[in-house]
Amino acid sequence: MISQLLEILVALILAPLLMGWINAWRAWLQNKSAPSLLQPYRTLHKLFHKESVVAETAMPLFRIAPYLVFGCMALACGIVPTLSTDLPMAPAADAIALVGVFALARVFSALAAMDIGTSFGTMGARREMMIGFLAEPALLMVLFTASLITRSTSLASIVHTLASQKFVIYPSLLFSGAAFLLVLLAENARVPVDNPTTHLELTMIHEALILEYSGRHLALIEWAVALKLFAYTCIGAALFFPWGLAQANAPEALLLALPVLVVKLAAAGVVLAMIETVNAKMRIFRVPEFLATAFLLAVIALLVHVLLGA
Amino acid sequence: MILDWMLVTIAGWLLISLLGVACLRRTWLVSRLLFPAGGLLALVFAVLAVSALFSTPEVAELALGLPGLPFHLRLDALSAFFLAVIGGAGAGISIFAAGYFRHGEGTPPGLLCLEYHVFLASMCLVVLADDAYVFMVMWETMALSSFFLVTTNHRVPSIRQAGYLYLLIAHIGAIAILLCFGVLQANTGLYTFANMRAQELSSFWSSCAFLLAVLGFGAKAGILPLHVWLPEAHPAAPSPVSALMSGVMLKTAIYGLLRVAFDLLQLQLSWWGILMLCLGLVTALFGVVFSAVQADMKRLLAYSSIENIGLLFVAIGLALLFKAYGMIGLSTLALTAALFHVVAHAFFKSLLFLGTGSVLHATGERNLGKLGGLMRSMPWVAWLCLVGILASSGLPPLSGFVSEWLLLQSFLFTTGLPDPFFNMLVPVVAAAVALIAALAGYVMVKFFGVIFLGQSREKRLVEAHDASLLERIGLFWLAAVTVLIGIFPVYLIDAIDQVTQALVGYGLAVTVRANGWLVLAPISIERASYSPLIFLGIVGLGVVLAIVMVRLFYHGRIRRAAPWDCGFPAQTARMQDTAEGFGQPILQIFSPFFRVKREVPSPFDAHPQYRLESSDHFWYWFYLPIARVVERLAIIIAKLQQGRIALYLLYSFLTLIVLLVVIKR
Repeated sequence: MISQLLEILVALILAPLLMGWINAWRAWLQNKSAPSLLQPYRTLHKLFHKESVVAETAMPLFRIAPYLVFGCMALACGIVPTLSTDLPMAPAADAIALVGVFALARVFSALAAMDIGTSFGTMGARREMMIGFLAEPALLMVLFTASLITRSTSLASIVHTLASQKFVIYPSLLFSGAAFLLVLLAENARVPVDNPTTHLELTMIHEALILEYSGRHLALIEWAVALKLFAYTCIGAALFFPWGLAQANAPEALLLALPVLVVKLAAAGVVLAMIETVNAKMRIFRVPEFLATAFLLAVIALLVHVLLGA
Repeated sequence: MILDWMLVTIAGWLLISLLGVACLRRTWLVSRLLFPAGGLLALVFAVLAVSALFSTPEVAELALGLPGLPFHLRLDALSAFFLAVIGGAGAGISIFAAGYFRHGEGTPPGLLCLEYHVFLASMCLVVLADDAYVFMVMWETMALSSFFLVTTNHRVPSIRQAGYLYLLIAHIGAIAILLCFGVLQANTGLYTFANMRAQELSSFWSSCAFLLAVLGFGAKAGILPLHVWLPEAHPAAPSPVSALMSGVMLKTAIYGLLRVAFDLLQLQLSWWGILMLCLGLVTALFGVVFSAVQADMKRLLAYSSIENIGLLFVAIGLALLFKAYGMIGLSTLALTAALFHVVAHAFFKSLLFLGTGSVLHATGERNLGKLGGLMRSMPWVAWLCLVGILASSGLPPLSGFVSEWLLLQSFLFTTGLPDPFFNMLVPVVAAAVALIAALAGYVMVKFFGVIFLGQSREKRLVEAHDASLLERIGLFWLAAVTVLIGIFPVYLIDAIDQVTQALVGYGLAVTVRANGWLVLAPISIERASYSPLIFLGIVGLGVVLAIVMVRLFYHGRIRRAAPWDCGFPAQTARMQDTAEGFGQPILQIFSPFFRVKREVPSPFDAHPQYRLESSDHFWYWFYLPIARVVERLAIIIAKLQQGRIALYLLYSFLTLIVLLVVIKR
């Protein structure tokens, strides 16, 4: 139980920091002076303080959606093994249900964007759903490969099995790792697919989706976005670099797992910042090709596992 | 005992239908008295069916029908399960229909009442039938009564056409089913199901019977390429009828297929499973892609039904494949997924069709492009439909997710099929199923967002009224069941266990029950588990905590203002995505699926018009060639028809001579 609570707490606290870390590295790589690492916290604090301006046309769905998205992401961070594989919440949702949580959050944010009835809102919803329906099966296939290797769909036992066995490089996991990276970029609205810093109307996807939010609602959504990136990074870390997690519920094991997690996240943040620096954003019509590549890679990974048994 | 009470209930429906004829044009009496009574009977029927599920099979012989050929009826686990679905969904639909049918054009309400209740009774008797004779008679009654229900507004030519198409394909299917029973009785001349079970057919004749069953029941279910009647008939029919047809009648086809493939046929071949898997996959992908580009809300739902039937075929195909290889545990898992989806789809699809009915009544509009913002004026319908679309998108913690989860689990636990080719096929199919499930989410966001959210695209929509009380009760019942089976799937799996025990001789209930009612774990908790209640609890807790914390540490101030929209000033409702706009990415990504006709205006046009028509290749590649061949043949045969009596006498004379020659030999 301690490990479970600690995990969610760590996720809530570290997620904005991860955002700040990536932003700082991106600035450094682009020869700019970086904002403080704590900038995301300040932004959240500021947004929570401001009053919420809600459109006249908004219905209750619009106001409940940020809370729901936030709740979904908190659950996702709770079931992904970040510190320990001994999670009491793990039986509640396995890998397939994890994909379901992300889908639920996506559907609600798309519906909320359509609720106001503006041109950008519906455009954002449509584009987000388009990315979603291509990225979701790819993510599912990535998780399937791991669960076929470990003969389980429970994330905790997947990671437990992967971490406790002798070190082997699975060719299928290499393929699914590549697919996972593409999915991560697309699902978290990162650069080749979407630009998190843009408000250029014609190219935005995620920003168009949350255009009407302000104040505390926006803060919750920004926090949820950070949590989503955190969860994705942790899934990647847990599936492809599963070492250093606490196998038992002992406090000292958890204390050891925390710095390992921070190191992994820091490394992932640098890699993400580099990818975003060397790539340009692609046209929206190229996105389906990008995600189809991810989907195919994930299916190849699965086939490699079935055919070669590795 | 239970069977007798069921027959009493069916007799009750027939009585109601006769009363309907007696008060033919008294709308109030029919809708406020007869339909609710029918709904209550359906509920009683569902309760009877559930209790029958957990008791031993019963048989009965009714001295109806032809002399020496009585009606054989049998109530076993499989039929009880489907009867419970018919009764449960039918109850909600009947209550809704009580508030829906009102005085208007077309068939008088009393006649509708007759057709509706005969339809319900015939569906139940199809499932109860224990010989081919009763089955076919009831199957035809079902087809005919639903045909008349579809053509309620028979003064509209397009509705008559849709009804004709439905009737045609239903009869092609009926012929195939009849032939299938012919093969199954193996020249014994006895058409009882008990006799068919006793026959040991060779693999060739078994395959013939199976293929005929797939063709016959596939035509009813809407499997490719016999799906064309669904998107025509569903929009034509009144909404309760569409709900009953899509939610319930399609399931009788699934029942028939299960009955033939798992019960009447004693051997299963692996390629049957592969065939159904492929058919189902193609159908599901086709259905979901087409539903994403529809602009008519009921057509969209009809294509979505095609998708769901495809998924059911995939699950049944998988179950067959495993059964053929003797992998009983996996076969049970796939079959459980299929049966779970039968229940889930029956309820959420009925709910959505009824929702479109309320929208149609309130606005008189079926075109998505002219709706919008209805959540404001119809909150009841909108929130209940939200439950339906979430279930239909396969999102946790509702019912659609559980069946999707079970289906994906049965793919995942597939290891070591004897045939390496099939082994390779399974992951690819799983990937396709995942894609289809994700696309279903896209479709449902479009459906809900364009109808209920945003601003009204037409002025008059502001005056739309919410559903009446009876309609709300019907919708609420369907939504409540959707939520309940989503959150407590273990109880439904307990019930499904009875059916799988009967069909494949194994059930999941023992392992599932060992893990408690809270967590659904078909094999073991270490391998796969899902608990909707904990899931909902944690998300709910997250939501509540977030609300409380924000209020505690900050404030709850809100200011209403005009929408921001990047500061663009002149925003009108017409700038929102229409149905076509929302479907455009699908049209582009899946362009080979469609036959697209575009009319783009020239830049100098004073009144520019843009038209886009996307249609089905099957019409052009499959149906029109057949129609042309039939037409050619008809022209050739028409040469015999000269209209002169002398010639016809000559034909008779020649026929007589030929017959005499034949007999003389």
